[in-house]
Amino acid sequence: MSQQNNIVSIRNVSKAFGKHSVLHEITLEISAGEIFGFLGPSGAGKTTLVKQLAGLDTPTEGANFLFGDKMPNIHLINKIGYMAQSDALYNELTAKENLEFFASLYGLKHKARKKRISEVMELVSLTDDLNKLVSNYSGGMKRRLSLAIALLHQPQLLILDEPTVGIDPVLRKSIWDAFVSLKENGTTIIVTTHVMDEAEKCDRLGMIRDGKLIAVGTPNMLVQETKASSIEEAFLIYGGA
Amino acid sequence: MRLLALVIRILQQIIRDKRTIALLIVAPILILTMLNLVFNGKDYVPKIGFVNIPDTLETQLLASDAEITTYETEKQAIEALADHELDAYLLFDSMEPTVVLEGSDPSVNGSVIQWLQSSLSTVQQDIQSEPKIEYIYGSSTMSSFDYFGPVLLGFFVFFFTFLIAGISFLRERTTGTLERLLASPIRKWEIVLGYTIGFGIFAIIQASIIAAYAIYGLGLLMEGAFIYVLLITLALAITALTLGILLSTFANNELQIIQFIPLAVVPQIFFSGLFNLDTISEWLRWIIPLTPLYYAADALRNIMVRGMGWDMIYQDVLFLLGFSILFIVLNIFALRRYRKI
Repeated sequence: MSQQNNIVSIRNVSKAFGKHSVLHEITLEISAGEIFGFLGPSGAGKTTLVKQLAGLDTPTEGANFLFGDKMPNIHLINKIGYMAQSDALYNELTAKENLEFFASLYGLKHKARKKRISEVMELVSLTDDLNKLVSNYSGGMKRRLSLAIALLHQPQLLILDEPTVGIDPVLRKSIWDAFVSLKENGTTIIVTTHVMDEAEKCDRLGMIRDGKLIAVGTPNMLVQETKASSIEEAFLIYGGA
Repeated sequence: MRLLALVIRILQQIIRDKRTIALLIVAPILILTMLNLVFNGKDYVPKIGFVNIPDTLETQLLASDAEITTYETEKQAIEALADHELDAYLLFDSMEPTVVLEGSDPSVNGSVIQWLQSSLSTVQQDIQSEPKIEYIYGSSTMSSFDYFGPVLLGFFVFFFTFLIAGISFLRERTTGTLERLLASPIRKWEIVLGYTIGFGIFAIIQASIIAAYAIYGLGLLMEGAFIYVLLITLALAITALTLGILLSTFANNELQIIQFIPLAVVPQIFFSGLFNLDTISEWLRWIIPLTPLYYAADALRNIMVRGMGWDMIYQDVLFLLGFSILFIVLNIFALRRYRKI
């Protein structure tokens, strides 16, 4: 197992809130340049796990290593782009003001900031709505703006918590196309989802249920191994249903 | 740079929220104006006691605009004064008049003096000398508003800054933007300091407008330097906003912030000098030095009523800064809940 290729290393991670166990002994390696999907029903622990990877939470037991260093680590944060499940946007401000604010937090200087803002807004097809107040955005537009903010500083690792909720199929496809082109440029992407057709687009999948990682592999492999006809069926078989 | 970005963002947000700006500036102005009218009302009829008044004078004075009671001895009048049955008594000692005022309420004093001047002028020829005026408390030139004004000014700054900073930070937390901020390289101290500076800038603007209106618009007594008033209100505002942010950590919604008002804000009024601090019961007195408003009100009164300068207010400033630093440190510590580093 070379450290070079494994950008994310989750080592025997458990998390409990009091007596309530949320994550249970999860061990997983994610290598550079792959799109890794965490698939599972809501409440399975996906968000808790990706929050730990983003440095916003710590495991009760075990540890997470990103780029070979233990999380949380303030110096690693610049390499991570994080998009939370809820749209963390300032509704009173325009999209542009939101973008400028976050770009400044990541230290983007004036010129680079302008360039990146137009690039990411193009990517999520919001260029025409740049100067609108976020409070006038629809749910799907807010989701896309959150994604654009996560992409601003060109992170090596993207952690996206349910990135395409509330986005229509056409836009969803264009966003996934963007993920693929980011991946081709060497970006590693971690997404959580409970949508099965989205799961199929990941290079590898980790199926999570009740805080346990019940299966890891490529979508094809998971289907074949269980002799299932779809990811959905495979998930149910792994879950013991 | 990150700090600056945060300050700019906060200011942009405040500017967008016109209604909150209106609340912060118009509400205190409205309340101060109302208090000005309430305290400076002129229609009060004074209650005067007569002791030893020559009969000829008494019949003339009885017709004047006051509630008059006659006492046999000065001792009786003093007792009545202590029981608040009288505002003042008029005493003649061999044709030399003396007026003794209870004096604690400047607006009442005003009425008494006015009555005295208008009624005695009609009977001047019978009196050998100008009346001697004695105050048990207070002085002749002050109005109630002059006395309460500085405290109220401090209170408004404290109350509104506390509220808006607490709710803003609460929103940052409940909308998930705080988490999003912490997923960026911003340091925890930058968040707390950014909030302090952003709202501090707004608080100084708010305080300037309100203080200028109270002093130049309503004619609030102002013996000292305006810049000291701003200094104190800024120090108080920073204390209020850092406390507001800290308490918002323990609230889950806006209503729960409001619930902190009777706990954290209202009791400070009692110890701010709006009520006489010497009469506070012993077992409550230990709270006085723990309330930031006490220091601010003390300093503001020293500046505005007594015209004092830096040497008399620096201790209050230091206490306010001490509170602020304590709250800032606690805030940075409280943010560890969201990110350990």
